[in-house]
Amino acid sequence: MSSRIEILNAGGYRSDGRRQYELRTISIDLSPQGSGADGSASLMHGLTQVNVCVFGPREAKMRSQTYHDRANVNIEVAIAAFSASERRKRGRGDKRILELSQTLKSTFEPVIQTTLYPRSQIDIYIQVLQQDGGLLQACINATTLALANAGIPLYDFVCAVTGGVHSTSPLLDLTLLEENDLPNVTVAVMPRSGKVTVVSMETRLHVDRFEEIFRLAGEASKVIHVEMKKAVRDRTEQLVASMQSVGRPPTGVDVGDEY
Amino acid sequence: MFEFTSFRQPADDYVVNNFEDIVMDVDDEDFFETDGMNLTWPGKSLTSAQEYMRGHGTYVDNEEVIASVSGLVERVNKLITVRAVRTRYNPEVGDLVVGRITEVQPRRWKVDGNSRQDAVLMLSSVNLPGGVQRRKVESDELQMRSFFEEGDLLVAEVQAFFGDGTMSLHTRSLSYGKLRNGQLVTVPPILIRRLKSHFISLPCGVDLILGLNGYIWVSKHIKENEREGEEAFDAEAVYSNRNDVIDDSTRLAISRVTNLINVLASRSIPLTDTVLLDAYDWSLEQEGDVKDLLQEDAGDALVATILAKG
Repeated sequence: MSSRIEILNAGGYRSDGRRQYELRTISIDLSPQGSGADGSASLMHGLTQVNVCVFGPREAKMRSQTYHDRANVNIEVAIAAFSASERRKRGRGDKRILELSQTLKSTFEPVIQTTLYPRSQIDIYIQVLQQDGGLLQACINATTLALANAGIPLYDFVCAVTGGVHSTSPLLDLTLLEENDLPNVTVAVMPRSGKVTVVSMETRLHVDRFEEIFRLAGEASKVIHVEMKKAVRDRTEQLVASMQSVGRPPTGVDVGDEY
Repeated sequence: MFEFTSFRQPADDYVVNNFEDIVMDVDDEDFFETDGMNLTWPGKSLTSAQEYMRGHGTYVDNEEVIASVSGLVERVNKLITVRAVRTRYNPEVGDLVVGRITEVQPRRWKVDGNSRQDAVLMLSSVNLPGGVQRRKVESDELQMRSFFEEGDLLVAEVQAFFGDGTMSLHTRSLSYGKLRNGQLVTVPPILIRRLKSHFISLPCGVDLILGLNGYIWVSKHIKENEREGEEAFDAEAVYSNRNDVIDDSTRLAISRVTNLINVLASRSIPLTDTVLLDAYDWSLEQEGDVKDLLQEDAGDALVATILAKG
């Protein structure tokens, strides 16, 4: 199969100047987005940009959709018409968008501790602003950050990355050009336990190649986890510093042995 | 014609370049200096479950206590909890809350209180006209909308909890009930600390009610002697939907206080009566209009002043 763009040249460089296993620049912004959301996150993997707002747990809009013993997780994805290279308006009922929402819902339902909030609803609204490959990856990472920002209890972070193979060389974190040309798989991992929560592939890949890609993608998600953890921690530190700046003595000290 | 300024938060940008080597041999603890505060994030292992009991914000897996929210770790004797730095309002019995009626149901109202579920206000928990001690009659159930309708704001106290954590409110005091003559401001609930009194009077003729659920009511001041007495509980006045006439200077004062609260909340400064009084005094010394308080440099100066005093 020939493509006009060289995916991996003889010197080991890809079409955007990265090396084989190099991930794209990650940019995370956890500041409030002014919509009154309980938690929000804006994430960029290279040129792919995703905004997520989380509301909840709150009273469910439709009583019929609540569960008596746990919270209902509702995910809605909106892809901006200007996000791809050709302007294309997609309605809410678009099959690709519904499939993406369903994948995300089944990813996060076991990760959020929903049993703590019976009869409530957690709403997650995802907006895709720019698409350059790795859409599912960006959505998963941004949603994890927004949930952590909202104070919703999670069992762990969920970190995702895409992997692909170009003849025999594995590549990580594919751009749109690479995704269109190569077989690629998205892998999401919960770093503490190493459990894999999502493996999503829509192309055909030879089974001999799969193991290596899968393993590499799993290790790469741990790298992404380090960055996400740092962002969350810095944000927490900032908020705690502001809140403790007036009056009350600092907490976080163990009180046990003095009494 | 219109000039629109929104709150710009300081940008938290983490830009990372060039992960060449995906095999990172990093000891996580070396990366983060703890700086005296015990911060944690979801999935962080805290301690062994054999020696410690787990509290809120944690869970147990494989004999380890693991944090599930991001926040501060608190340890009291053998109990480990994580206090989340951002969360929905967690009600306690006796808390004062400001809420908005969302539904009218048989013998009860549903109240939105910025919590995980709507609170419940029973008909038997409100003061009925004709005396504080009057018993509920059939006709009261049929005219519930003459007391509270959908969209009304009220201040109430948390009386008890239902099994699933829903709050049950009551307004059985003369200082509680329907709110009028003012403006509602919403802030994150964490910023409101439990104080002796949540009814604050500012010197400019503005009253504040700091609801612990993050809803703050800023209104025109009501003099003590104009409040209704026990004998003549006048339902017309207490459940009326009409505002008094509010003059321009009071309206300006209410707007000023509202803007100050919004600025302080956007910088995550806790809202106590001393902080608000200091902020109000500071703002009176500034030149410019009330709306200039929303500019970013005004906000920075305000926060610097408050922190210097606090």
